[in-house]
Order: sequence, then structure tokens, then C-alpha cells
Amino acid sequence: MSDRPDISTEEILSPERIEETISILAHEVASRCEGEEVAFVGIFTRGVTLARRVAAVLEQRGISYPVGTLDISLYRDDFDNHGTALPRLESSDVPFAIDGTRVILFDEVIFTGRTIRAALDGLMDYGRPAKIELAVLVDRGHREIPIQPDYVGLTVETQFDEYVKVRFREDDDKEGVFMVKETGGEK
Amino acid sequence: MNGLKPRKDLLDIESLSLDEIEYVLENAVPFKQLFQRSVKKVPTLRGKTVLNLFYEPSTRTSSSFEVAANRMSADVTNFTISSSSVVKGESLLDTIETLQAMRSDYIVIRHQAAGVPGIVAKHTRASVLNAGDGYHAHPTQALLDAMTFREVYPDFRGRKVVIVGDLLHSRVARSTSTLFNKLGIEVGVLGPGSLVPEGRHDFMQRFGSWDEVFDWKPDAVYLLRVQMERQEGQFFPSIAEYHKMYGMHSERVQRMRELDCYLMHPGPVNRGVEITDEAMGYEKSLISTQVENGIAVRMAVLHWLKPETQLD
Repeated sequence: MSDRPDISTEEILSPERIEETISILAHEVASRCEGEEVAFVGIFTRGVTLARRVAAVLEQRGISYPVGTLDISLYRDDFDNHGTALPRLESSDVPFAIDGTRVILFDEVIFTGRTIRAALDGLMDYGRPAKIELAVLVDRGHREIPIQPDYVGLTVETQFDEYVKVRFREDDDKEGVFMVKETGGEK
Repeated sequence: MNGLKPRKDLLDIESLSLDEIEYVLENAVPFKQLFQRSVKKVPTLRGKTVLNLFYEPSTRTSSSFEVAANRMSADVTNFTISSSSVVKGESLLDTIETLQAMRSDYIVIRHQAAGVPGIVAKHTRASVLNAGDGYHAHPTQALLDAMTFREVYPDFRGRKVVIVGDLLHSRVARSTSTLFNKLGIEVGVLGPGSLVPEGRHDFMQRFGSWDEVFDWKPDAVYLLRVQMERQEGQFFPSIAEYHKMYGMHSERVQRMRELDCYLMHPGPVNRGVEITDEAMGYEKSLISTQVENGIAVRMAVLHWLKPETQLD
């Protein structure tokens, strides 16, 4: 994370607990979607990893759902405030027809809900799903728009200025869920 | 983040760093993928305005910019010379002042005089996109050419392209050859001696005939348009003569086929001059891919440039 002395980092999910949580998420999805046509769509970057891991767990149980990917950069509501940021775009890839399908969106953390708002707009430009649901590994609260997840791995109480960081070995050099806070100590 | 500084305008290829070139070309790929969806539009530039300012006739480039802006949900206003007050004698700086008052976020400009987009860029807060100025530059054409070449040759470094035609009057040749050279693609040139300037492009290998070109084994042949409207003087004896010496026809297409060589052209094509009808049907022609990639690259450029109005 960071070696800065004014930032405290606390592990809230170990790699083993992440594994368990994902397995529970997979179980819940499978039991609620039985017999339906289902597709997963992960939001870049770690939502994609989460969707793939849940799909892999289900694969072992003989349930196979396709996994698509979505980059929401072009749908954000803060393009202007980005100022000098120059985002590198990822290729969204939804290689299946979503019309009439029950689509489950995946993101690693839900916070204000604005990312999901953008993802819903992006997803619906691919077609008209029968239903869209949302699965997250961590819900840290502080919604700014009325969007709620349908599948939640872990709910954490946080202060607005704290951060929940999910790290996956596929995307990062370590694995774990961390609570990160500026302690306001010496700078 | 990725070490790139924001840029307000795109005026030429020379001033671009390799990082910037990679950034635009890589971002153009996801934009192109949007064209496969049922809704080809994204809301990124909603509420922004793009002014298409064309002092020279153009159908392809101006409509390509218009489609690109539309697909990003920007509002587009087209300003063309015949309908604007330029014909009434308004000076360039007066026009700029008017444009400034319109508070456009992006100005796409084509002008017959080199350097005009640069002057406009200095005097306006909008991002300026050069859509071709005199014999100087046509940077988005070069970027779409590079995107097209890299799609067919992911291992593009060290590959060879020969540009054929009127290099003297061609801003396309200038921008595209400069960009290809920056990317490590070898560039050769074939054309009438009177239309291939000495010294301007020292990195390019010069050929005297198609035989020499084919012996060099190019990976792509890039035909330039013979610019009838720019032939104030006589640079070659006749169209028939040009076609015989430098044009693309069935026999030369066969040589390209044997070399597995692609064909590129910036459009619009003068059939019967630089290329015959039959040669237009060559299976390894990338001409319509260039058109499609032009939209994707222009979307990536609009997404990249930051008008001053946005940095407040």
C-alpha cells in the first residue's frame, strides 16, 4: 500500500477470507438464478477479476456463465473535473447478446454508487437485459445516488475519508482487502 | 499516472512524443469496438461543442470529424467558407474573435495556408484540431494510417511502406511519413522527380521505378491522390503519362499480391489516374478500413485534448 507514516492500513479480509467470501457469493448467485439465462459483466479492473473468480467457482459445480468486461471511463459524470487526468481506456467486451438475459454486474467495492450508474448506462447501450443485478465484494456505504447491491460479500462501516482497497493477485502484487486511512500524523 | 502531460491542441505530428502517439493509438482501439454495438454512441462529451471550420472543400475529413464528435455526444456546428462571412472579407483574427465568443470547446480547422490552425490555437481557449493546413500537416490522417498499419502488422517495427505520388504538395505524405518514421517503420518514396522534394524527408529511401520498389519488398504501398487542384504549374507531362509511370493497375497489383503487400490510399481516389477500377478491387486494400479507423482515431483525439475551458 503505502509506506507513508501518516497513512494507516488495516487488513479487513485475508486472502483465505476472500476465497470464502467469493465462494459464498457464488453460492448465492447460483441459488437465486437457477434455471435462468445468466451472464456476468465485470467493471474494469478488479470487478472483472471478481466476476471471473465467481464464474470459476460455479464452473466447478458444473454451472457455466459467460463473463463480459466493461470500461466505464466514457460514461463517468466527472469528465470535466478530471482536469489533467488522461485515462487509458480498456476494451469493453460483451461477446454475447444481453437482450432478455439476467445480467449480474460485478465491482469490487460499492461506495457512492456513481460508478454503477455509469456502468448501467454503458451496459444498456449493448441491449436490453431482462434484469440487471449488482454483486460486490465490499459495501462501504456513503451512497450518493439510490443504487443498492443485490449480492454483498462484506458490509463495512467506514468514515467518508477512509478508503477500502481490494487487491487481487491477478491485478496487484498482493491479495487482501484493506482499510486505508490518513491519520493526520506527521507529514 | 502515466507521465503524460495534458495537451490543448493537435497541430502536427512532429511535436508529439512517442508516449502521446501510443496513448492515442491504444485508446482508439476501444473506440473502434464501440462501432460493433447496437448503440454506437457514448455520452462522454455531452454538452460540449465542436466547431468544424473548413476553409477548403472536404467531404471525408469533415464528415469523419462530425461522426466522431456525434458518437461522443458533442454538439457539432459546421462552418464552411461558402456560407461564412469570410467571403465578405472578414479577417482571420476577426473570425477567431467571433468563434471565441461562441465558446466552442473544440475547433476542427482546415485551411489552405500552412500555420493557420496554430494561429487560431494561440488565440482561443478551445482545443484546436488541425484537419489539414496547406502543405504542412494532417495529423489525424497520419494517426489513422498508423492505426490501420498496426492492425495488420502488430509487429510493425522494421516493416516497410512505400509512398507513391506527389510528395511536394502532400501534407498527408508529410505527416504520415513522419509518424511512420517515429514508429520505426521504414519509409520509401516513388514519384515524379519534380514532385519528390529533396532534403525534406532525409529518412526516406527514394526509388526510380516500380521495379525498384518491388525489389525492396514493401509491406504496404501507400498511393497518394494526384491533387489536380494544386497543379498550378506543370509537374508532369500528362495524366496518362503519370498513370503509366506511377499508377496502380492489374499488373502491379499482381506483383503486390505475390509480395502479400497491402494497399493504402487517403481518399478520395482519382480512378484512372493513380489507380484503375480493377486495382480498387484488390483484396488486400485497406482503404475502407482507413475510413473506419479515421472515426475511431478522431474520437480518441477529442477524448485526449483538454480545452483550457475545462482546466478552470
